[in-house]
Amino acid sequence: MDYVCACYRSCGGAAMVNRAINFRHSGLFDWIIQRFSAVVLAAYTIFILGNFLLHADMDFHAWKSIFDSIFTRVFSIITLIALCAHAWIGMWTVTTDYITSVQFGENATVLRFVFQFFVFLIVTGYLIWGVQIFWGS
Amino acid sequence: MLVSIYRYNPETDDKPVMQDIDIEVPSGKDLMVLDVLALAKEKDPTVAYRRSCREGVCGSDGMNINGSNGLACITPLSDVVMPGQKLILRPLPGLPVIRDLVVDMSIFYKQFEKVKPYLLNDDPPPGIERLQTPEDRAKLDGLYECILCACCNTSCPSFWWNPDKFIGPAGLLQAYRFLADSRDTASTERLEALKDPFSVFRCRGIMNCVAVCPKGLNPTRAIGHIRSMLISQGA
Repeated sequence: MDYVCACYRSCGGAAMVNRAINFRHSGLFDWIIQRFSAVVLAAYTIFILGNFLLHADMDFHAWKSIFDSIFTRVFSIITLIALCAHAWIGMWTVTTDYITSVQFGENATVLRFVFQFFVFLIVTGYLIWGVQIFWGS
Repeated sequence: MLVSIYRYNPETDDKPVMQDIDIEVPSGKDLMVLDVLALAKEKDPTVAYRRSCREGVCGSDGMNINGSNGLACITPLSDVVMPGQKLILRPLPGLPVIRDLVVDMSIFYKQFEKVKPYLLNDDPPPGIERLQTPEDRAKLDGLYECILCACCNTSCPSFWWNPDKFIGPAGLLQAYRFLADSRDTASTERLEALKDPFSVFRCRGIMNCVAVCPKGLNPTRAIGHIRSMLISQGA
């Protein structure tokens, strides 16, 4: 049940910000999301490559017809969410490895938050932009 | 042979230097690195290092030997240098240097303390002792033998980066030693204390700890078991 709650909490931007500053959130949750999202990304890569193999003479119309299908759109958006989650957890982990007081002294916390804030903006921007692209036309 | 030793006294020196000491190694013998250090100390008595049992039991003389962590007392010279090569000795990486090859291991012990490395059992103790089946006892093999030399923690980049948050291989090996103990009844509490993003999950499985452990233990496998237990508990 705790796990379901953690999943729910992680869906919002506020939760993402909270996770950036809170070192006590569940590492298990992050670990599972990283692996689950990696599987989704791998499946989507195979799906796209498979489409290229099936449509040897891929042109704009063939490409558009693939993305006109509801399945592709939903799968693409799920993959986009997986990518954003993967990127956020990965970057959070990288910043808490490399931007620490060991390397940057007492400025580390401020530096890390600034960096994580920009990562948050970029990830959120890509998510909104991606949904607009996949669902907008 | 030339022995290059890291020399640093934080109270008097601006920065560390490597000091080369030329020693005579008796021919026909494969000395241990600790013996070579003793010969070097005869030449320069100011060289500081820890040692005690000289047989790989106390874990005092952990150091970086030609780039790899190990116990000086059970590392034969022939394992680390080719004939004619220089022996390079540095302190264990990532810990503050007190002097030369002697490091401050406070943060290492603090992480060890966090896992409560002792039996927790609230049940009334029986008359003689808490019994265990031979099969349950066998589960502790490969876990209890750790001598806390810190070779593993100080070869782990995750520990270098977050020594105050990542428990490290030695502590996690002991954490699993008590999680696997049939007599311990605090598994839930122990796992609860480990589920944050740092304590266990900073392990990237690069297995430096396994490569350097002088006792041949496998902390990475123990960490994998802890992760599995956390998943089972979280599911």
